[in-house]
Amino acid sequence: MAADRAQKAERIRHLLATEGASVEENARGFNDGRYESVARLEEYEDYKDRARAIKEDAIEHLPDLIEQVRETVEANGGTVYLAEDAADANRYVREVASDTEADTVVKSKSMTTEEIELNEALEAEGSEVWETDLGEFVLQVAEEAPSHLVAPAIHRSCEDIAHLFNEHFDTDEDLETAQELTDFAREYLGDQIREADLGITGANFVTADTGTMALVTSEGNARKTVAVPDTHVAVAGVEKIIPTFEDLQPFVELIGRSGTGQDITSYVSLFSPPVSTPPVDFESDEPIADDPDDREFHLVLLDNGRMDMREDDQLRETLYCIRCSACANSCANFQSVGGHAFGGETYTGGIATGWEAGVHGQDSAAEFNDLCTGCSRCVNQCPVNIDIPWINTVVRDRINHSGEDGQFDFLVEGLTPDAEPAGLDLQKRFFGNFSTLAKLGSATAPLSNWGADLSPSRWLMERVLGIDRRRELPRFERETFVEWFRNRDVPRSVDADYHAVVYPDLYTNHVRTERGKAAVRTLEALGVAVEVPDVASSGRAPLSQGMVDTAAGHADEVAADLESYLEAGYDVVVIEPSDHAMFQREYEKLLSEEQHESLADRSYEVFEYIYGLLENGADISELRNADRGATEEIAYHSHCQQRTLGLESYTTAVLEDLEYDVLTSDVECCGMAGSFGYKSEYYELSMDVGSRLGEQFETPEAADRTVVASGTSCLEQLDSLLTRQPRHPITLIEPPKS
Amino acid sequence: MATLETFETNLEAVRTRITRTNTAGFTDTIAAVIDDPAVGVELPFEDLSLAETGVVCNPTPTQLREAACGVTAATLGVADYGSVILESTPDGAELSALFPETHVIVIRESDVVPDMTAAFETMGERFREGRNDAVIATGPSATADMGELVHGVHGPRETHAIIVEDD
Ligand code: SF4
Repeated sequence: MAADRAQKAERIRHLLATEGASVEENARGFNDGRYESVARLEEYEDYKDRARAIKEDAIEHLPDLIEQVRETVEANGGTVYLAEDAADANRYVREVASDTEADTVVKSKSMTTEEIELNEALEAEGSEVWETDLGEFVLQVAEEAPSHLVAPAIHRSCEDIAHLFNEHFDTDEDLETAQELTDFAREYLGDQIREADLGITGANFVTADTGTMALVTSEGNARKTVAVPDTHVAVAGVEKIIPTFEDLQPFVELIGRSGTGQDITSYVSLFSPPVSTPPVDFESDEPIADDPDDREFHLVLLDNGRMDMREDDQLRETLYCIRCSACANSCANFQSVGGHAFGGETYTGGIATGWEAGVHGQDSAAEFNDLCTGCSRCVNQCPVNIDIPWINTVVRDRINHSGEDGQFDFLVEGLTPDAEPAGLDLQKRFFGNFSTLAKLGSATAPLSNWGADLSPSRWLMERVLGIDRRRELPRFERETFVEWFRNRDVPRSVDADYHAVVYPDLYTNHVRTERGKAAVRTLEALGVAVEVPDVASSGRAPLSQGMVDTAAGHADEVAADLESYLEAGYDVVVIEPSDHAMFQREYEKLLSEEQHESLADRSYEVFEYIYGLLENGADISELRNADRGATEEIAYHSHCQQRTLGLESYTTAVLEDLEYDVLTSDVECCGMAGSFGYKSEYYELSMDVGSRLGEQFETPEAADRTVVASGTSCLEQLDSLLTRQPRHPITLIEPPKS
Repeated sequence: MATLETFETNLEAVRTRITRTNTAGFTDTIAAVIDDPAVGVELPFEDLSLAETGVVCNPTPTQLREAACGVTAATLGVADYGSVILESTPDGAELSALFPETHVIVIRESDVVPDMTAAFETMGERFREGRNDAVIATGPSATADMGELVHGVHGPRETHAIIVEDD
């Protein structure tokens, strides 16, 4: 275990050093571009809903649509082959190649043909295969796998590629600039295209009613691949089929924006092959249009696990994916290490877990599944509204259950039995059962804190549990937040307009009790009758380890603990954004619809609640510094899941109402992400991600500001990144203690 | 903004040059903007022809390869995006639009529609009536795969829209 972790850490360190800079520049460029481009599209949210609805409908009726495609393509004069798996698809394409005596095959970029390793299959039969997309061409020369869904060579810089080409092609003069490299590739590949006997493309969409393939590209290579050779094979996953030609429209508006942040790519080709363009024989002297050559077209529709995914209630959503890459580009970890760390056999980053689990099996997904921290930043970026972190969680859960029986089960005291299999990785079990540890920690504080800091025990924690020694551990409070509230001698308000439970999340209850106390005082000052009952922990910790059953157990307990309060008309105020997100998002999957709704509708992030109180007439002058006259400057980092739920603005609005001058960060995630940053194999990645936030808060504009953050993890990460001590915003506004 | 103005603004944003003309001035305009040698296919518009412009219609493969400029018609313009819809034809419009360095696109003012919704409605009708292929083309061919944005990869490096005003 420890050796595996060291190896993983080493691989990540290597990628950070070699590919990190190029990946970061490109992925963040795409991500920023996406924000700008979708902001220009007025009907963005409507289009996303439409796109989602079209995909849901298409996958539901897939068998019928496949038949319809067969009919329309055959009526157009082409052939359709439904390939069961990779071998079947490769065999079919090989036969086409041999029937057409294809010595030279040109391809435009297609991840689906990467999935089945078509090039290798064709080369084994003696065809020469050329990738004409420049990114794919670079990889072909370098003999590398793609590191990104859309821009496969994103990890290579211009200098890198120049070096590669100069060595490989032994050019007369050294190539240097992007322009020179592009011109060289254009010439080189132009020769191959003119020679080609067979053109192979993928398809971004296939319309059932007209038999039209849509290809989204920018270079023009796909157009040439289709136009020049007289035989064309398109390989597409069955999930690419949509019912009608007009259904293409929302996707055309969304796909470029979501991917590389272009409103539209240079070319969206809509072919209903065989195409009407005459093929070009560059050896002939006859006018092209007079050439009587017939065209041949084969559409290979690939199953390769997709029809099973369709039957799988959890993985089905993956089939809605249009492979735009937004989920990878908005992923903080991906921005640091790129697809070679995130990679399964073919697909990388974001939704790749779902694809790999579906087409190559769980083992291929296992290796990188941990890199999804569940920060949820990708969720709103997905043009078809796929809950990508949930798919990652489900796959993680399945991987947990597929392990061998473990031997470490009883090594660490205090881990309660949970609903998970015996073989579950001990580190996962440790973090997943953090609630037990926290209880124990408070009960034995301050002793527990001393013990945890002593270096031999830190060494042991690193060896056995993979908790990185460089991280400061949470310090447990002897008196929990719940106990403090119970022991406090403050009369309850009898005629309050609002009644609220302040939810004692794990960290607020055991570690950061001061923010709970501040929340209680603040709400009471604004006229709320507050209760802090003993409520179960949310299950966020086990869920992030992929322990779905255990998390569901927590959800049930929380619902039961809060039921009587909800029935009595209490609101639930949540301080920890990741727990608030649990109630709003994940509980939908873990509880009955009724239970989820009653809790989600009535629970509020603490500043969302305060904002509501102030809007409804609560007296802001009760809060600290409401009239102190001087403006205080703060730098605020909202929490990833809080931003996904659109809640960042409540905190900034309340702070600004209180005359704070607020500067906000715009990084996707702090990099800590609960337990992620503690794990020794991910510590350096976590710090690399965090450094982007650290840098933002070290700029001249931010360097003197008070640093404020909403999430526990963010506070811990900022604490390790900056010399300034970060604070929770509630501690800025709580009324002066009387 | 009027549709045509929006179209022109967005054409410029996607690096497409614009020349406005009318039916009477069309032949002279084409002759003036093309680089020799130029290839193309005859336009599907009444009163507009490439005869007398110096453009070689129905080229051989060698002429296609050596052409500096290709002239073809656009079926539609999409104002919101600065895009043009190029339909493939049996006389090879797709090839003249794709191989030469510069693509000169002839589009009639009356064929400019405001947005993709309108474009897809018209294209849908045309596809159902038997048209097979079209490209929604927006600006020149481009790539960032070599580490920086470069124009002119497998397709044209420059695009030039000739907008023929309504008479
Ligand atoms: S899951 Fe969504 S965001 Fe990710 S690639 Fe697929 S469509 Fe794009």
